[in-house]
Amino acid sequence: MTGQPRQAERASVFDVETVRRDFPILHQTVHGKPLIYLDNAATTQKPRAVIDAVANYYARDNSNVHRGLHELSARATEAYEDGRRTMQRFLNAASAREIVFVRGTTEAINLVAGTWGRRNVGPGDEILITAMEHHSNIVPWQLLCEEKEAHLRVAPIDDAGALRLDVLESMIGPRTRMISLVHQSNSLGTINPVAEVVAMAHARGVPVLLDGAQAAAHGPIDVQALGCDFYALSGHKMYGPTGIGVLYGKLAHLEAMPPYQGGGEMISSVTFEKTTYNKVPHKFEAGTPDIGGVVGLAAAVKYVDALGRDACSAHEDELLQHATERLSRIDGLTLVGTAVPKASVVSFVLEGIHPHDIGTILDQDGIAIRAGHHCTQPLMDRLGLPATARASFAVYNTHDEIDALAAGIERVAAVLS
Amino acid sequence: MLEDLYQQVILDHNRAPRNFRKMERAPHHAEGYNPLCGDRVTVYVRLADDTVTDITFEGSGCAISKASASLMTEVLKGKRRSEVDALFEGFHTLVTGREAAAAAEPDLGKLRVFAGVREFPMRVKCATLAWHTMRAALEDRAGVATTE
Repeated sequence: MTGQPRQAERASVFDVETVRRDFPILHQTVHGKPLIYLDNAATTQKPRAVIDAVANYYARDNSNVHRGLHELSARATEAYEDGRRTMQRFLNAASAREIVFVRGTTEAINLVAGTWGRRNVGPGDEILITAMEHHSNIVPWQLLCEEKEAHLRVAPIDDAGALRLDVLESMIGPRTRMISLVHQSNSLGTINPVAEVVAMAHARGVPVLLDGAQAAAHGPIDVQALGCDFYALSGHKMYGPTGIGVLYGKLAHLEAMPPYQGGGEMISSVTFEKTTYNKVPHKFEAGTPDIGGVVGLAAAVKYVDALGRDACSAHEDELLQHATERLSRIDGLTLVGTAVPKASVVSFVLEGIHPHDIGTILDQDGIAIRAGHHCTQPLMDRLGLPATARASFAVYNTHDEIDALAAGIERVAAVLS
Repeated sequence: MLEDLYQQVILDHNRAPRNFRKMERAPHHAEGYNPLCGDRVTVYVRLADDTVTDITFEGSGCAISKASASLMTEVLKGKRRSEVDALFEGFHTLVTGREAAAAAEPDLGKLRVFAGVREFPMRVKCATLAWHTMRAALEDRAGVATTE
């Protein structure tokens, strides 16, 4: 009874200026102008709580995990496994054993393609992805298909950047072994109807991997409600450190999969004749893991939980709406990706002006955006664009920053004329 | 600072690039690609008696890369191979080297409008892509030229 009203109260008092004080990096000037950081889909900034958690871990508790008999090793192991339980709660996984720590989304997908894929995909089989995938959800499957003489098939999108769900459904066939798709597009902001995709796939006995690199920043994620078989995320895109991420996998899959890398930690006994592997999830965590990274990631999850995830999402949705309205009024500007629903990303092009020139000119105003193909070259080809400019929002961005972005974009045309 | 990068001459060549066309039956040509940003350029060269008699380009890219390709074609037309090589080195020093070294480069002429690029390290490859591609064309190098 007491938990609910307190959270609601927090949500109602969401104050962006208070949030901004938690992020030390935001308080600086770039080229003499206050930094306006709008490259959050590439990586988010880190709150003091995360920076302190990592620093305190190294200052007080640093040790190796799982093997030591001394106090520091016990503390490090507790911190690491507590991080696993935090990520279990964040994803609503049925068991903490379903949480495998990896370097990030890229490694998570490579792990699945390299172990589950190697065991379950053969000549003539098919892996189904979509036209809006990041290179990290294309190339691992291409490598697998090349090795196994399997086929990579691509479900199309419409001109607004929405997945053609009807076509995807028609592409699921008797040879489809896996559907791997992005939960939220990093280039377009499109939120895919992933629960429907999972239902379609499972009706035909096909497992589904969701690339949650973008969606995890805007959680909460409920893997049990989604029903997905695998979920991949990166800590650094959700206010945590770089170099740490999570692969969620249903226990039955993880148990059946061969190990990923060999080494310490992933074994229970080794002789030169035979090695017995450790239990899940340790079977997939060879070598000393990024303990400090896990501590920081857990701190990031707790930080956003304390702000109130609904309040954060509401704030970001409101920023997206404001940016969409304000940028739409700029002469010669075309928004790229207008699917419904979408979140926190505004991709755009300016007539006759290359996105890189936009990026350089905005940088002189202290405004950090991204210009390029956003690691989605096949998507850019589909849209007939070499690149786009992209502004992406986080919990600490403000209305005023979006107004400054719009004014900056209007100045681009003046500078280049 | 921004005005140093986007000089009027550069903006003019961006708006109206010179020698911006495919050369039919070009004796020398090469394709250049910057994987970081997706800029693409193809450079076509015709030589006679070791002298550049015609040079054209096509492709897509930012203002800096387009203007650089355009100015390069203007400057190189009529130059001997040895002069082309000297200008390649000189241009490279201009956009990447120390200011003193760049100032000491002789005969860069109107290419000096790219001196401001030095202050924008992220954009150096935009300025040099066409030059690397031109060199690959002259050397009849197969494959795709890059600035790496």
